Amino acid sequence: MSSISLSLRSYAPRSVWSLIGTLFLFLGAWVMVFPFIWMVSSSLKPTDEVYDANFSIIPRTFKGFENYYEVLFNQPYLIYLMNSFLVCCGILIVQLLTAVPAAYALAKLKFRGSSILFGTVIAALTIPINVTSIPIYVALAKTGLLDTYLAMMLPFFISVFAIFLFRQFFRGFPDSIIDAARVDGFSEMEIILRLVLPSAVPAIAAFSVFSFVAHWNDLYWPLIVVTSQDKMTATLSMMQYQSDFDTDYGRTFASATVVTAPMVIAFLFARRLFIRGITMTGVKG
Amino acid sequence: MARLTLKNIGKSFGKTEVLKNISLDVEDGEFLSLVGQSGCGKSTLLRIISGLEAPSRGEILIDGQVVTEQSPKQRNIAMVFQDYALYPHMSVAENMAMPLIMSQLPLHARLPLVRHVAPSARRAKPSMATQVETVAKQLRIDHLLTRKPAQLSGGQRQRVALGRALVRNPGIFLMDEPLSNLDAKLRVEVRREISELHHSSGLTFVYVTHDQTEAMTMSDRVALMQGGEVLQVAAPNTLYTNPVSVDVARFIGSPQINILPVQSRPDGLFLGDFNLHLETIGKVSDLQLGLRPEALSFRGVAGLQLQPIKPGSIHLPFQKRMVEDLGPEILIHGCFEADPEIEIRVRAQKNTDYGKTDQFAGTHKLQVAIDPTQLLLFNAHGLRIQPTPHMAQSLGEVVT
Repeated sequence: MSSISLSLRSYAPRSVWSLIGTLFLFLGAWVMVFPFIWMVSSSLKPTDEVYDANFSIIPRTFKGFENYYEVLFNQPYLIYLMNSFLVCCGILIVQLLTAVPAAYALAKLKFRGSSILFGTVIAALTIPINVTSIPIYVALAKTGLLDTYLAMMLPFFISVFAIFLFRQFFRGFPDSIIDAARVDGFSEMEIILRLVLPSAVPAIAAFSVFSFVAHWNDLYWPLIVVTSQDKMTATLSMMQYQSDFDTDYGRTFASATVVTAPMVIAFLFARRLFIRGITMTGVKG
Repeated sequence: MARLTLKNIGKSFGKTEVLKNISLDVEDGEFLSLVGQSGCGKSTLLRIISGLEAPSRGEILIDGQVVTEQSPKQRNIAMVFQDYALYPHMSVAENMAMPLIMSQLPLHARLPLVRHVAPSARRAKPSMATQVETVAKQLRIDHLLTRKPAQLSGGQRQRVALGRALVRNPGIFLMDEPLSNLDAKLRVEVRREISELHHSSGLTFVYVTHDQTEAMTMSDRVALMQGGEVLQVAAPNTLYTNPVSVDVARFIGSPQINILPVQSRPDGLFLGDFNLHLETIGKVSDLQLGLRPEALSFRGVAGLQLQPIKPGSIHLPFQKRMVEDLGPEILIHGCFEADPEIEIRVRAQKNTDYGKTDQFAGTHKLQVAIDPTQLLLFNAHGLRIQPTPHMAQSLGEVVT
């Protein structure tokens, strides 16, 4: 009983200002959540109702079954999910394999040109994928790699953002522990694997969440390099209901709902990791 | 067990020279301390001995073998750090077993995942466990073996760090200010334990500290460093009573030694215009006179019922400024009354040298007596001048 009243009391506004603050937060939350509500609501409507100027959340004509049936069973939905999963995992694994040793070297090893290299990493942070996409596309086309899993993953294998993040995190690791390990006979790789990595679990978890979500939601790159249906990622599969002549918005929204669902469910389970990932990396979409 | 020899070690970081031509010999089983203020290069020297840092010049020999190019692991040394440097997510037992795992298991038996199934790892495990346990018992940390470093107190952590260093049976034991992070009481306790460890293990110890008490109490010999150079290497007592230079005399001893600027003239040794009645080298030259605070006393001061004046003692006019009661002894701060007004510290035994505690309470002008057998003379460059037979003789003759 007391714990319930206690937790209720913690929700009660403490003053007028806190009430106003709460209202502002509520407004902000509404702005964030409303598109999702719109998405779910539209996914239950036929196309002409989606276009209707008289918007209502509850659909007048319920087309939910048709829309979702189409998305889940009239297309290889599980294949798309698996493709997304494979691509995201592949990217993440290689990103970690390359970024962790690079970050350790930049953070803890003394070598000629380390500051120039780190400067390059920072500079590379400012270059968006859109800038390099044409040369990468041409290279993939020339090597005949278009329309493969590798093509979807390759541009993201080296994440300068991960290198930067881990480097900052590793810098906080005490030098004396690394020295002690060297005296005890650890090799540099063993120092990374046995000492630095276990202490960097929060950073790695945060980055993994970040990378996974970013590439799950990525529409741009798969759209460019993938054409065949069996390689499509879940996000890309939404585009199938759009063509130059006719777009079935009900189905597109149903597809969007189904595609976002795994991430939303994952978020509910790993909310703390998500939040840490974003607070650690600063505010970034 | 090992003998350590350093030959002309030099180290520069960019243009700054932190170590200048250091040569040292550490005997097998000896306890040598490297003492000096922060920034004197003592830690860098220790890191060079350990192999964590490479010297810019010079050679390091262990048991006559050149090891300058070898990695820390190959040198068979162990090192204890100021902040303990325990592996944070490993238990005490794992921490202590790490050096054994690294030196006894082949690479494939240390790989992630593989190490849990590798037969060589499984075979070596029981013997490692016994080794760890033996050392843990010796250091009285065997009840902590399953704990993580975060669950230990500072003293316990330092013992684990000692254990991790001991377990591999190193040739040389290096310590980098291992007591600095402990509180005063614990420091004395661990200090004693390290001393005992040195005696029982018979290993060669090289110990870095900025604390002269630690160095003086534990070491066989102390190497005093300043500005990247070794000023003097000697037994603690020699360092105190027989310093080679003013810098050494200033560093060793607390409260600090009194250094008086004196001038040698044909008719004696003068502090300003005050004749100390000490005959010296004859020709006119500026010298520095070192007087330990306990070389001064108020014996023989007129009006006091104290012990009789020592023959040959000299009295200086003294202006008392502040008195610190340290219990058994008293520290009196003041200055030489005439020109130059130089600061003087006197350490006196309470009853024999200073009378009853408040005997001088109202008196500020005193006569302070110098024990002529305890004075140290340095030349203008700060180098020690040994008293000449002629001078020693004159010391005995002067009676005030």
